Amino acid sequence: MRKLIVSGAIALAALVAGTGAVVLAAGTEAHPKHQHWHFQGPFGTYDRAAAQRGYQIYAEVCSACHSLSLLAYRNLMELGFTENQVKGLIKDIVVPDLNDDGAPIERPARLSDSFRKPFPNAAAAAAANNGKAPPDLSVIVKAREGGADYLYALLTGYVPFEKLTPAQVKEFAVTKDDNFNIYFPGHKIAMAAPLADDKVTYTDGTKATLDREAADVTEFLAWASEPWMEDRKRTGVRVILFLLALAGLMYAVKRQVWADKH
Amino acid sequence: MASSHGTPPVFNNKVIAWIDHRLPIFSYIEKEYHTFPTPRNFNYFWNFGAIATVMLVLMIATGVVLATNYTPHVLMAFDSVERIDRDVPQGWLIRDMHMNGASFFFIAVYVHIFRGMYYGSYKAPRELLWILGVVIFLLMMATAFMGYVLPWGQMSFWGATVITSLFSAIPVVGDSITTWLWGGFSIGNPTLNRFYALHYLLPFVIVAVVALHVVALHVHGSNNPTGIDPKGPQDTVPFHPYYTMKDGFGVVVFLIVYSAVVFFAPDYLGDAANYIPADPLVTPTHIVPEWYFLPFYAILRAVPDKLGGVIAMFGAIAVLFILPWLDTSRVRSSTYRPIYKWFMLILVADVVVLGLCGANPPAGFWIPLSQVATLYYFFHFLILLPILGKIERPLPMPPSIADAVLKKKAG
Repeated sequence: MRKLIVSGAIALAALVAGTGAVVLAAGTEAHPKHQHWHFQGPFGTYDRAAAQRGYQIYAEVCSACHSLSLLAYRNLMELGFTENQVKGLIKDIVVPDLNDDGAPIERPARLSDSFRKPFPNAAAAAAANNGKAPPDLSVIVKAREGGADYLYALLTGYVPFEKLTPAQVKEFAVTKDDNFNIYFPGHKIAMAAPLADDKVTYTDGTKATLDREAADVTEFLAWASEPWMEDRKRTGVRVILFLLALAGLMYAVKRQVWADKH
Repeated sequence: MASSHGTPPVFNNKVIAWIDHRLPIFSYIEKEYHTFPTPRNFNYFWNFGAIATVMLVLMIATGVVLATNYTPHVLMAFDSVERIDRDVPQGWLIRDMHMNGASFFFIAVYVHIFRGMYYGSYKAPRELLWILGVVIFLLMMATAFMGYVLPWGQMSFWGATVITSLFSAIPVVGDSITTWLWGGFSIGNPTLNRFYALHYLLPFVIVAVVALHVVALHVHGSNNPTGIDPKGPQDTVPFHPYYTMKDGFGVVVFLIVYSAVVFFAPDYLGDAANYIPADPLVTPTHIVPEWYFLPFYAILRAVPDKLGGVIAMFGAIAVLFILPWLDTSRVRSSTYRPIYKWFMLILVADVVVLGLCGANPPAGFWIPLSQVATLYYFFHFLILLPILGKIERPLPMPPSIADAVLKKKAG
């Protein structure tokens, strides 16, 4: 039996060592640091002001290349915009449609329209971006390991060519035309650094630093990935409180029923 | 109506009596779920059969609702799943319940299986009961695999590619079988359509086999923690209200844990890559199945030869079918098997280690570790069990269940 305990301890040690090996084997990209998000934790909600600023970043910067096809303009009202505010936000956006004669036309976007796609189709998107279409951002926060932390890290993780060490340039065969990101697997990323200090002028007067912009657009995209999250957590609290009460009741009745058998 | 056995029940309600005279469903329920004599000494591990049944019903109920909103087409499947989350009223809840329900169904079934192994529930006269259970397990694996393909994300597509390609390892006819499974020369719309059809069909087959499983269970009744057969009324209690209450309590506790995941970490058990739409031109860096397949995935990859790996993987389940005859000990419960008890716990640890091997890329020390763990798995069933039954000296057993219960209470 002592032998068994020893072998168990060895297996456990192997497991612990194993977890370390995974991290090393994952590659040279840096591990995204955990940020404090307003939406984290069992009671977290989306920071409406940050997400609204994030929409501004998406509209003015990201939407030039990235679609957000699973969202409709009406969804923006869930972010705290009024109907008239959303109508104002989309007043200059035109979307493709067919007229009554079946001819392709462009018309002003309505609340019920899906977000306008920057390219007519995937082939056009790829052709305009060196052969690789920029990913749709609708569920991007759920579709990457690390989620919001990764996205924020990526957006702030660019290193200009001049600041790379000669060793890095050599190891990753970086040229002047490459974009180097410390968090991207393989480091060379097709997307040039999209954000910088004062890239946008916030309508609410917030100072547009790189960090602020990256955090705001991440907040917006986290919301876009799961607009029902607050509903989910609220329901969960009620369901679990109900089940806890029910379990207590069931246990009391069970004790009662079994009283004569113990 | 607490009479135990023998006398048929008398129904005061005329409608019930009329129906029961022609179709004795009420007598059946009365006999099998009310007065049914059940060992009085179950511990909480005996809850997991009822828990698994609840999960099966929950999966079918949520699955039918999802099916009414899902589109099985390669160009629309991914978005239709997102539409369920975003635009179907409470659609996110139904999908989160279904997708995590699969995991919790497997958790319940794995506990149920290991409980059966630890307490020797597969031994005579319950061999067929056990075999039907293994059939249910296999059907669950097929159903879960096909269900995971339906959202048509990257892991759906590439998981399906890896698993269906296994059949190409079969000599001579392998490629033809793979083409036949795919409905074409690669995974595509015909594959998705047939997987959807089968994913809807198989759960009802599972229900049918569960019914047989329960019928077989009710012939000789449940095993119990002592492994000793009940010898009289002092050893048993009527199923209702004793075990309906105890199972009910266990089910609610299980649902609390399940709800915590559904509502507060719905994507924790899933893979981020499955939120990327399937792309046949981009292979993910690590293709991993859902967690409940990882031990078998590790066994598949532990063998350097493709056909050998496939044989080992299916063999890992095949040994379960003959388990009642591999174990030569006549003592059922580990409580009275001082050596087997520890080997049983090592087997559980071994399966956990295999799961970790399956989750990690096959590189470095994970390869030899998965090979050792695979060898140990087969060693346990094929060598240890037959020999151990012959050489192990069981501990003295109490004369009856009632004696065991009373002694435990006194000591």
